[in-house]
Amino acid sequence: MRLVLLATVSILLMSLDHREHLVEPVRETVSGVVYPLRFVVDAPFSIADRVTERLATRHQIMEENRQLRDRHLAYHERLQRMQALERENERLRDLLGSSERLDTEVVIAELMRVELDPHTHLVEIDRGSGQGVFVGQPVLDASGVMGQVDRVGPRSASVRLISDPSHAIPVENNRNGLRTVALGSGDPQRLELANVPGNADIREGDLLTASGLGGAFPRGYPVARVRSVEVEAGEPFARVTAEPVAELDRSRKLLLVSVAGAEAAAEQEEDGAAADDESEDES
Amino acid sequence: MTGHRPRNGGGVILLSFIIALMLIIVPMPAWAQDFRPEWTALILLYWSLALPERVGVGVGWLVGLFQDALLGTLLGQHALAFALIAFLALRLHQHLRLVPVWQQAVVVLALLVIAQLVIFWINGMIGRPAPEWQAWAAILVGAALWPLVFHIMRGVRRRFQVQ
Repeated sequence: MRLVLLATVSILLMSLDHREHLVEPVRETVSGVVYPLRFVVDAPFSIADRVTERLATRHQIMEENRQLRDRHLAYHERLQRMQALERENERLRDLLGSSERLDTEVVIAELMRVELDPHTHLVEIDRGSGQGVFVGQPVLDASGVMGQVDRVGPRSASVRLISDPSHAIPVENNRNGLRTVALGSGDPQRLELANVPGNADIREGDLLTASGLGGAFPRGYPVARVRSVEVEAGEPFARVTAEPVAELDRSRKLLLVSVAGAEAAAEQEEDGAAADDESEDES
Repeated sequence: MTGHRPRNGGGVILLSFIIALMLIIVPMPAWAQDFRPEWTALILLYWSLALPERVGVGVGWLVGLFQDALLGTLLGQHALAFALIAFLALRLHQHLRLVPVWQQAVVVLALLVIAQLVIFWINGMIGRPAPEWQAWAAILVGAALWPLVFHIMRGVRRRFQVQ
């Protein structure tokens, strides 16, 4: 009977998809077939964006241009110092015999305005394997880490945000290097920190940056700011919540970062969800 | 799809499914998202009641598979749910054809609940958190829209003589 046959095929597909990631080629093909649908749905929005851009007055554009130029200059000044510091940092690392690479390459992608599964925090971007996007690639916006690439199609890819309940990212406290793991909570404004001892030195307002452990995210990008620390007597761990610094539900332009060698690392660690085991013994 | 058979209007059926899939991914304001009906399931149910010999389990499965790829859910999740409700609709179509539309809507509600249960059940098995009660609102909206879908689709079917 057809139903039984197709149900078996579905269950097989689902378990393969969930456990083994063996059906990636199938998914990529189907995803390629439905890409035009996404494109058509997204088109009116991007056309509207372009039209508003066209209609902006000369005065507005000049004003914006002036602001951007000022900002550019300010950043340039910082960059000069950064380059010197980076060089110095590299020399010091050489002396210490450590081999951390800091060079990164960045691709800019734009969010497609289509909705995905409402029960997960996924967004769709307009770059895919054709533009060198790979599974596990870190995704940032202008202010911080947004998530990582979850699935890749030929011309688009879906990104799992750090607020997804199944996502975890190893972080460290920028103030004192305390290491922990930030777990998604399902709320785009809130992350939860796992296994922070009650007496740990962590305060409201502390900036958490990616620690680079687990290999999925390059070290140093800001992730979240601590919002509340609650210590309850009798509980072994403090309840710490943090607010992502990236604008998870508002950013339209995203940066796809690739660190030299990250792709290989991501392939080894096929399962995208950031490995939390390594950092746990430290916290 | 089944458009290769020498019958009328395969294109219309295909187009209706394409539009339904697009409605599934069209962005909506945050408050309205929980009320987005399963357009594809409604269209699938319509065709499997109207033309049970053309649209059935196989088409339902294929449409579900495309929806899985679109939404980023597990491949096969919607496919299984849609194949199941198409099968049930085929079983029931003799009775359903004879009853008034509002009674059909009640059966459609039950079928949508079954489809949603399958999807939530699979989500639960792979460790996704249980949905909040709002998730069921979409089903009520879907069933409430059934008379509308039914009349529009019947109009379309007669206009283009899909049979």
